[in-house]
Amino acid sequence: MKASKVDKKTYYRGIAMMPYDLLKEVTFATLGVLAVVLILSAVLSSPDVPSVTLQSWSKANPVDFLTTASGELSGSTIVAGYGPPYNSGSGSVQSWGPLSPQSWAGVHVPINAPNDFVLQPLTQATAGDSQLALALTAYNTASGDQQQKWLTAYATGLGTATVAADGTVTVPSGDYGPVSVLMDRMLTLARSGGLDALLLTSDHFYQTDFSRALLFLDDGGYIADLATQQKLIGSDWGVMNETGRYPGSAWLWLYTMWYQIPPFNSSTGFLGISSANTDLAVVGVMLLLTVLLLLVPFIPGLRDIPRWIPIHRLIWRRHYADMRRQAAASVQDAP
Amino acid sequence: MSSDTAPEPIDRAAAPTPSAADDETGWTASIRRRVEKTLPITELLPTKQPAYIGSWVYIFGVVTIAALFWLVISGVVLAFFGSAWWHVSSLGHFFNSTHFWSVQMFFIFMVLHLWGQFWGAGWRDGRAKTWMVGVVIFSVSVGTAFTGYVIQQNFDSQWIAINAKDAINSTGFGGLFNALNFGQMYGLHVMLMPIGITLLVVLHVIQVRAKGVVRPIDDPMPLAP
Repeated sequence: MKASKVDKKTYYRGIAMMPYDLLKEVTFATLGVLAVVLILSAVLSSPDVPSVTLQSWSKANPVDFLTTASGELSGSTIVAGYGPPYNSGSGSVQSWGPLSPQSWAGVHVPINAPNDFVLQPLTQATAGDSQLALALTAYNTASGDQQQKWLTAYATGLGTATVAADGTVTVPSGDYGPVSVLMDRMLTLARSGGLDALLLTSDHFYQTDFSRALLFLDDGGYIADLATQQKLIGSDWGVMNETGRYPGSAWLWLYTMWYQIPPFNSSTGFLGISSANTDLAVVGVMLLLTVLLLLVPFIPGLRDIPRWIPIHRLIWRRHYADMRRQAAASVQDAP
Repeated sequence: MSSDTAPEPIDRAAAPTPSAADDETGWTASIRRRVEKTLPITELLPTKQPAYIGSWVYIFGVVTIAALFWLVISGVVLAFFGSAWWHVSSLGHFFNSTHFWSVQMFFIFMVLHLWGQFWGAGWRDGRAKTWMVGVVIFSVSVGTAFTGYVIQQNFDSQWIAINAKDAINSTGFGGLFNALNFGQMYGLHVMLMPIGITLLVVLHVIQVRAKGVVRPIDDPMPLAP
């Protein structure tokens, strides 16, 4: 007779039963949890560090903003050469041996960094600004080589740029062509808050997709600096941290642990797993572990761990004590 | 439809408990028979339980559900007033705090419940499906929490979204599940995922009530009376 096939009366044969009030237990648990939640909320509140905007970034660190904007225009940023799902690049494509689901999936959130982050917003802002219109025309009609020469020279000049008290960035004179005007207007546009809106612009009136604005922010160093201050970066186990001194996603401790150890954080790697494909490898390991957890009841060895490590002796301590007492009593009663 | 004879009044006190007889046919009768057999009301709302559930381990399941209840209630309030409300209203911020701490308690209790069931090998005696549904609930909850973090509309959500995108993109699902798309994450978080978790929890509770709490390890069911 299998224990899984019998009715409850048979299954619980020999087990002492006790009165039980399910609804009372549920009610007490619900009210108890509510009390704790209310106390924690009233005393500790909750984190809410304001979001970064392109406006706040361009005001706080205009040189970093311009470095990123000119990088987007030259196509040298991470997002510009990212690969699927944003574009046909390969800079951030991860694979494990012949497995490359990222490449297989293809482009679904198309991002053309020079156009989407710089040229298109500037084109939309040309009204009443003939100098900007001329600069855009000059840039768009120049050869690719010429564009890159201007951008390379501008990036070099940014290295020694000075920032005035009013936020104006002065780049040492050089052969920047129309790039200096384009970047000057990018900074003006960002500082006014206009770029935040223009990066959300699509063919629809309602906007809920922040992909372009967030990817632009991600290419800069400003948001990463703020995250470092909040101990949110990967090397600080940032995935499970929260802004301020609040508990974060502690349940992700195992996920973020893999990022801290070899071969996942190693440049040389092992079995094709290295820092070059960390994300894919970690997600793969976590999927495997989740499937193992799911199938614990069917895996010999894994399902026997609770018998080998007798923590159940603590869980059912009183029950086992009763069993021992009954066994001792039956021995005494025996003729 | 008319009848020559007046219908007899129903004596509700004497009426038998509705039950689908074995000879009744049809989908409804079949389903009712199955429900009555699998989960009679005496098992759904029991008044007696094995004495060994007096252990503290059995608390974690019910308090997890309690935390989920307050999580949903606070979430409904936040959803009702809109995604920006809690950033500009002190009352809204308080409700966000209750949501935040309910999440923390939900996960703490759920993990303790999971560990308790693991060390008690709660999948024994035909309860493997109950264990598996529990693991699925945990996994879906992690996904739901993630979508919640990226729709907070603050620095935390920005940073989490731009970091998580690389892991999601590496799997090839970045186009399908775009953490940078607030609208998509909002819909998933406030509707689809909570409904999914709630249905799974209901199924999990039905499984527990239908099968009963597993016997302690090393105290198997006696083979004969």
